[in-house]
Amino acid sequence: MNWWRSLSRRRRGEIIRIVIYVIFGLLVAGLVGVIASRWDIVQDALLKPDLIKGLFPEIITIALKNTIIFTALGFGGGLIVGLILALMKISPYAPIRWMSTVYIEVFRGIPLLVWILLIGAALPLALGIRFTGLYTKGAIPLGLVAGAYMAETIRAGIEAVPRGQMEAARSLGMSYGQAMSSIILPQAFRIIIPPLTNELVLLLKDTSLVSAVGFTAQGVELTRFVRNAVQDNANATPMIFGGMVYLFVTIPLTQLARVMERRAARAR
Amino acid sequence: MSEAAVRIVDLHKSFGDLEVLKGIDFEVQLGEVVCIIGPSGSGKSTLLRCVNRLEEPTAGQIFIEGEDITHPDCWVDDVRRNIGMVFQRFNLFPHLTAIENLMVAQRKVLNRSKDEAEKVAMANLERVGLVDKAHEYPINLSGGQQQRVAIARALSMEPDMMLFDEATSALDPELVGEVLSVMRQLAEEGMTMLVVTHEIGFAKGVADRVVFMDEGIVMEEGPPSQVLVDPREPRTREFLRAVLEEGI
Ligand SMILES: Nc1ncnc2c1ncn2[C@@H]1O[C@H](COP(=O)(O)OP(=O)(O)OP(=O)(O)O)[C@@H](O)[C@H]1O
Ligand SMILES: [Mg+2]
Repeated sequence: MNWWRSLSRRRRGEIIRIVIYVIFGLLVAGLVGVIASRWDIVQDALLKPDLIKGLFPEIITIALKNTIIFTALGFGGGLIVGLILALMKISPYAPIRWMSTVYIEVFRGIPLLVWILLIGAALPLALGIRFTGLYTKGAIPLGLVAGAYMAETIRAGIEAVPRGQMEAARSLGMSYGQAMSSIILPQAFRIIIPPLTNELVLLLKDTSLVSAVGFTAQGVELTRFVRNAVQDNANATPMIFGGMVYLFVTIPLTQLARVMERRAARAR
Repeated sequence: MSEAAVRIVDLHKSFGDLEVLKGIDFEVQLGEVVCIIGPSGSGKSTLLRCVNRLEEPTAGQIFIEGEDITHPDCWVDDVRRNIGMVFQRFNLFPHLTAIENLMVAQRKVLNRSKDEAEKVAMANLERVGLVDKAHEYPINLSGGQQQRVAIARALSMEPDMMLFDEATSALDPELVGEVLSVMRQLAEEGMTMLVVTHEIGFAKGVADRVVFMDEGIVMEEGPPSQVLVDPREPRTREFLRAVLEEGI
């Protein structure tokens, strides 16, 4: 212990870091060793090449495509809902602001999965509604909930635009709506592109929850698709590969968001 | 009888408990240039902002060319499109180029075609000497150039009257002249102007009338040769001395 105390702070730091590297290295090496020593078993259970081959092309042409469609519909719907909620939140009329707050709290406070089950299965059953369109019953809860999350982001963006912008626009005779749509919102959205991109990534992952309700073979998204494949083959390979397909989309998106965030920070 | 461009009658404005305007009365005739001077916090900006209803007056009336703009039936957007306003901090739209700044309200409010709006915008950029900057974004312009674009933007709506709220106060000293000369030229063209300024020299040279405000009232008003050279009120004299000392 005396020996430890006699070291300089910098030296101690170095030693701690070396210890961490060694532990981490041993763990990785051990894991790789175990996998390598039983490679045929591991590969057979988790990464079977012909099973992977069997996923194509549907995993891209149907499953990934549908995941992207659900994401796009949810995001587009969320933007519209979120924009309306954000505009209500900055209204001078208190009841309008409250309505927005209530919506946001309710849709954020109940899990997305519950909304999906409610809107996609329970309500149609109870009320005898039939959704037309391949994606409707998944896209509606995604959009309604995404909107509740985006509302605060959009409002923050609107409020980040200097007051003088609205005043200048109004002093030229523009109405509140005209000033909002052609002066304030374009600036606000530029400010919030990075956080919105992060929300896009979250939403993309959350589309996996719509797998909880049934879709036709043409309507399945990635998670449901690989889950079916797992069941058909009694093998985990499709699920592992499905995870990789998600990463293939989400990593570039998060990197993009990070680059834009950094650029925005520098512009300020 | 021809109506005054602006007639203000017993105007009051409070922010909460703070009464900023305590009964203002004065008129601006068509084609007249009136400069408002006064110490910081005396309510000059508030008065100007009441004239195009960026602030809601608490009491009193404001008539623009005979129309009571404080009346509940009055449509503020119609009032504002006929009154140009120039701000201390320019307030150009940063996501639009200079010419787009001049075109957006023409297109939305006056429903002008793109070609027509562009023609009017170019003519007004010409007026302020910035045709070569038409396609620059505001961030690439100097403060003086930005303020001239802001003036051209207001002029593109072809207003009957212009309000200037310390249009040169945010500028580096060497850039003040170019903005004042645009304002001078506008005055010579016969524009009705209500100008809040600390530029006593400009007021002397250009104003038809000077209004001295202090603590929410009009202390003194008259021709510049009287108010600025030989003021009646001791407060005015004191203020002018302070401003002139600051200028040295
Ligand atoms: N929106 C507001 N809310 C509360 N108080 C305000 C508001 N706007 C102005 N005031 C107050 O009203 C008073 C007058 O302000 P005003 O901006 O009209 O003065 P001014 O004569 O233009 O001063 P300056 O020369 O500094 O621009 C100040 O005390 C200011 O703090
Ligand atoms: Mg002011």
